[in-house]
Amino acid sequence: MSYLLSATCAVPAAGAVLTAALPAGTTEARRRTTKTVALAVSVLTLGLAAAVAASFEPGGARYQLTESHSWIRSFGISFSLGADGIGTALVLLTAVLVPLVMLAGWHDATGPVSGSAAGSVPEGSFESKRRTQAFFALILAVEAMVLVSFLATDVFVFYVFFEAMLIPMYFLIGGFGDRAGGPDSDRQRSYAAVKFLLYNLLGGLVMLAAVIGLYVVAADQGQATFSLTALTDAISSGKLVIDPNAQRALFLGFFFAFAVKAPMWPLHTWLPNAMGESTAGTAVLITAVVDKVGTFAMLRFCLGLFPDASKTFAPVIMVLALVGIVYGALVAIGQKDIKRLVAYASISHFGFIILGVFAMTSQGQSGATLYMVNHGISTAAWMLVAGFLISRRGSRLIADYGGVQKVAPVLAGTFLIGGLATLSLPGMAPFVSEFLVLVGTFSRYPAIGVVATFGIVLAALYALLLYQRTMTGPVKAGVEGVKDLKARELAVVAPLVALTLLLGVYPKPLTDMVNPAVNDTLSQVHRTDPAPAHPVAATNGGEQK
Amino acid sequence: MNSLIPLLVAAPLAGAALLLLGGRALDRFGHWIATALAALSFAFGLALFADMLGRDAEHRAVTEQLYSWIPVDGFQADVAFQLDQLSITFVLLITGVGTLIHLYSVGYMAHDERRRRFFAYLNLFLAAMLVLVLADNYLLLYVGWEGVGLASFLLIGFWQHKPSAATAAKKAFIVNRVGDMGLSIAIMLMFVEFGSFAFQPVFATAGDASEGKLTAIGLMLLLAACGKSAQVPLQSWLGDAMEGPTPVSALIHAATMVTAGVYLIVRSGAIFNLAPDAQTAVVVVGAVTLLFGAVVGCAKDDIKKALAGSTMSQIGYMIMAAGLGPIGYAFAIMHLVTHGFFKAGMFLGAGSVMHGMNDEVNMRHYGGLRKYMPVTFATFGLGYLAIIGFPGLSGFFSKDKIIEAAFAKGGTEGWILGLCALLGAAVTAFYMTRVMVLTFFGEKRWQPDAEGNDPHPHESPKSMTVPMVVLAFGSVFAGGLFVYGNSFLHWLEPVTGHAEGDSPLSPWTVTGLATACMLAGAALAWQMYGRSPVPVKPPVGSLLTRAARRDLLQDDFNHAVLVRPGTALAATLVWFDSRGLDGFVNGLAAAIGGISARLRRIQTGYVRTYALSMFGGTLVLVASTLLMRSV
Repeated sequence: MSYLLSATCAVPAAGAVLTAALPAGTTEARRRTTKTVALAVSVLTLGLAAAVAASFEPGGARYQLTESHSWIRSFGISFSLGADGIGTALVLLTAVLVPLVMLAGWHDATGPVSGSAAGSVPEGSFESKRRTQAFFALILAVEAMVLVSFLATDVFVFYVFFEAMLIPMYFLIGGFGDRAGGPDSDRQRSYAAVKFLLYNLLGGLVMLAAVIGLYVVAADQGQATFSLTALTDAISSGKLVIDPNAQRALFLGFFFAFAVKAPMWPLHTWLPNAMGESTAGTAVLITAVVDKVGTFAMLRFCLGLFPDASKTFAPVIMVLALVGIVYGALVAIGQKDIKRLVAYASISHFGFIILGVFAMTSQGQSGATLYMVNHGISTAAWMLVAGFLISRRGSRLIADYGGVQKVAPVLAGTFLIGGLATLSLPGMAPFVSEFLVLVGTFSRYPAIGVVATFGIVLAALYALLLYQRTMTGPVKAGVEGVKDLKARELAVVAPLVALTLLLGVYPKPLTDMVNPAVNDTLSQVHRTDPAPAHPVAATNGGEQK
Repeated sequence: MNSLIPLLVAAPLAGAALLLLGGRALDRFGHWIATALAALSFAFGLALFADMLGRDAEHRAVTEQLYSWIPVDGFQADVAFQLDQLSITFVLLITGVGTLIHLYSVGYMAHDERRRRFFAYLNLFLAAMLVLVLADNYLLLYVGWEGVGLASFLLIGFWQHKPSAATAAKKAFIVNRVGDMGLSIAIMLMFVEFGSFAFQPVFATAGDASEGKLTAIGLMLLLAACGKSAQVPLQSWLGDAMEGPTPVSALIHAATMVTAGVYLIVRSGAIFNLAPDAQTAVVVVGAVTLLFGAVVGCAKDDIKKALAGSTMSQIGYMIMAAGLGPIGYAFAIMHLVTHGFFKAGMFLGAGSVMHGMNDEVNMRHYGGLRKYMPVTFATFGLGYLAIIGFPGLSGFFSKDKIIEAAFAKGGTEGWILGLCALLGAAVTAFYMTRVMVLTFFGEKRWQPDAEGNDPHPHESPKSMTVPMVVLAFGSVFAGGLFVYGNSFLHWLEPVTGHAEGDSPLSPWTVTGLATACMLAGAALAWQMYGRSPVPVKPPVGSLLTRAARRDLLQDDFNHAVLVRPGTALAATLVWFDSRGLDGFVNGLAAAIGGISARLRRIQTGYVRTYALSMFGGTLVLVASTLLMRSV
């Protein structure tokens, strides 16, 4: 048994404890030590994640590097982990983003308040001397829990970590804002944090009922286990037959929790508050990492455990996802706040991901998985640059900006690249995934595919309107002093831009990793791709490589 | 030799990357790097052309497979290039005219502090445009298609401190995205129908599909073409795109990018040939746009906008020819190439005039410039003669062929199209003569600028005039060269196919009619603008003139039908999201809060009460578990 997966999860967990235990940040030097330790831990985690990806064999078993440690034997619960292609891709995404989020938020817990209105806060006047420790420890804690969620092959273990990550997220949202929200911002922030918590707790409670229900049903047929692999095997071999009504109820229980987390329209209203009020780095953690657990879990748990119910509900879910695509984009167009705009854009994108998952075609699901990764990278770039801008001017309002490209061309350029990635420009990674999702949807549901295509026009509108209003035109009062990106900030953006381009022109390593897991999922739900009406001759041209 | 094909793209792409990442160190000579790389790409193109000429017609097409791009089960997208007679024609046009315009820009942009970035974008454009014409499948074509859209966006908005430029750039991108939707859906339709979207397999299998499906694919491709080539109803962005620096207007918005729609339709000929309804839609769009653009061109006082209307109209000719099927494919491309020469030349001429006139664009403030800018006058004049179809010059041959082909369509349709094309020829002669006369003839009408300085019109530097002279040569001779022995037709025939059609009129009759139309249009313009003084303030004008000045109300229409309702919808949804959906959630939360406030009274603090409630809860759990098991 290999311990690579548990090490990958344990390192950030231990790092969180270590970071929290470091001496209080009363001096700049101590704070820097704390931050450096946390960053080093996250880089080490990235190394481990890379090792996982490197040892993953696309042609091998679905779950690799598996390990299992017995936990609550009487209920058949064991701490078991396993990496499949989809999980590994998301583990990599998480491990890449966390160090960048830390670097981007280097001063978010301690730095002087930017902007003319707030002025700078004198040293030592923070609520707590342990803010820096708390901020970085919480990020590592979230990372550890997210990683377990992507790797868990035990339903109960997944549930526990799926829920537990709410706690550090709650404190990250409620405790650390971008200080650009105006006089009311403390109240707004705690409202956002509580809203986030309540929404997701509600989803989690419903899921808990379904998790217990699943166990009861399975135990009833002699399969007293929470092991995902054992359960899915029993289901596909017919040893475990869940009554259709029970299956639908259990599916909805799981799906509700994931739809809140993703979030899917109309359960999305916590996201704009949470992303708007927290720091840009936290917003990235929410939308690019934590939310992905929701869409990921739809693919792994809903489809794997309840194949028939998934097929029953697929059309309804597709329509809700479609509404989310158009609705999210239209509401984004009408936003006045930069970060809320990004949040609504994400809601539109989550619609695409869910569309790809439930289209149940190989293009749709491979596309959805790639979409999770690519959306993570591109939104991180877009949001973090927006965060850099907001920290300089001390305002989130679009109307407070104008002509930034004149004073900070590199910042404006990277912001444009983030926006272009968000609108899925061909040549950049999101195009690959978006087109796969569209084609995979279209081949089974042509009408939904066509309407979803309108999303590409709307995405261009919100992304380019935001660019035009903030970056072009004459330099607005208050923007003159905006400085261009610093070395630390460039170090955050450069890898994201490079990945966006690389995965746009050469996504093959990722698709090779993801495809087998997608095929396995499709065979679990007994779905095959629709065959072309008039397939081209196999010998024709070079496309049959 | 085939390994040169990727290098065609790589050279300008490397230039763009180098110039964008290189920083200020490259400010002093970066533009020369970009120009050299464009020229290098042209040299590769010439080498490949020579190589292709060495093979017989059947063996000229080659493919170069680079790597598997997006491999997903059942879905195969490759980065693979296809070089045939059609694509090499474009390669030479793009890199040739592109190199000349790089050279021109060295002088034109000499005083711009962001010149390095301008050249980076120009190189990026060349790379994307080459991907567009070299791709061997529709998805890779899509990359080039939106890549040129990006370059166009960056270059229209190059002076982005001007709000009008930034707005125009965004507008161009958004309108093009509507067209791109068409391309997306076309590719999806092909995938569902054929399981592939690579040119050769799809074209070979197209015959198996139903006409309905092929018509749908054709119409979606047409939508894409309308966006990129500024055809009605997606034409509204092109006039505003003139906010970009003039070399950009010459290269992207006249000679190359805007003709991509024509390429798309001609390339997809195998599909259109089997979908007559889609072809009818193509010719209708082409015919409508050729008149629309021409009418707009008559009313504009801004020299670049007049030329933009003309571009729209000339591409209308090409689209119409492409919609005629094998009768017109080769002639659409032939007019595309000659138009590339004379329109790029005239735009560069317009840029030269603006350069000498302190960036004045209003032709009513020009007049008599032939004395001050002899080279510009001569080259622009040759382009003018070419576009109106003066006998012997390029446009005469290429436009004539299209008018002939329109009549050759046969039947009532042929008559309608042919007459539209003839009417277009007359209007073209009118608006181009108007531009020529207002700019170079008559009294000088320029006025001192705000500081009271006279503009002192002067000829432009060599780096600008040399490209204009080269393009003028093309404007004069290319057409004759192409029709001599039908060389151009024979060159493209293996790719596009050719059919003669059935014309009710003899070629000489058509030529005679076209020439008569041209003379009538030119004479009318001379009468109106050459023989009486031109007022500096534009007269009120007829209803049609006023509508044409507003681009035949295209923006008013789009605003009323799309922008305003769309903005209102977005605002309504924002309200609904915060008041409706979130209001519901908050109301729920408040209700729960109210209930829990009451429930709080149960929390007495006595351990026995809690114990009792725990006991009750356990009972319920156990009972329900037992109940479920027994079911």
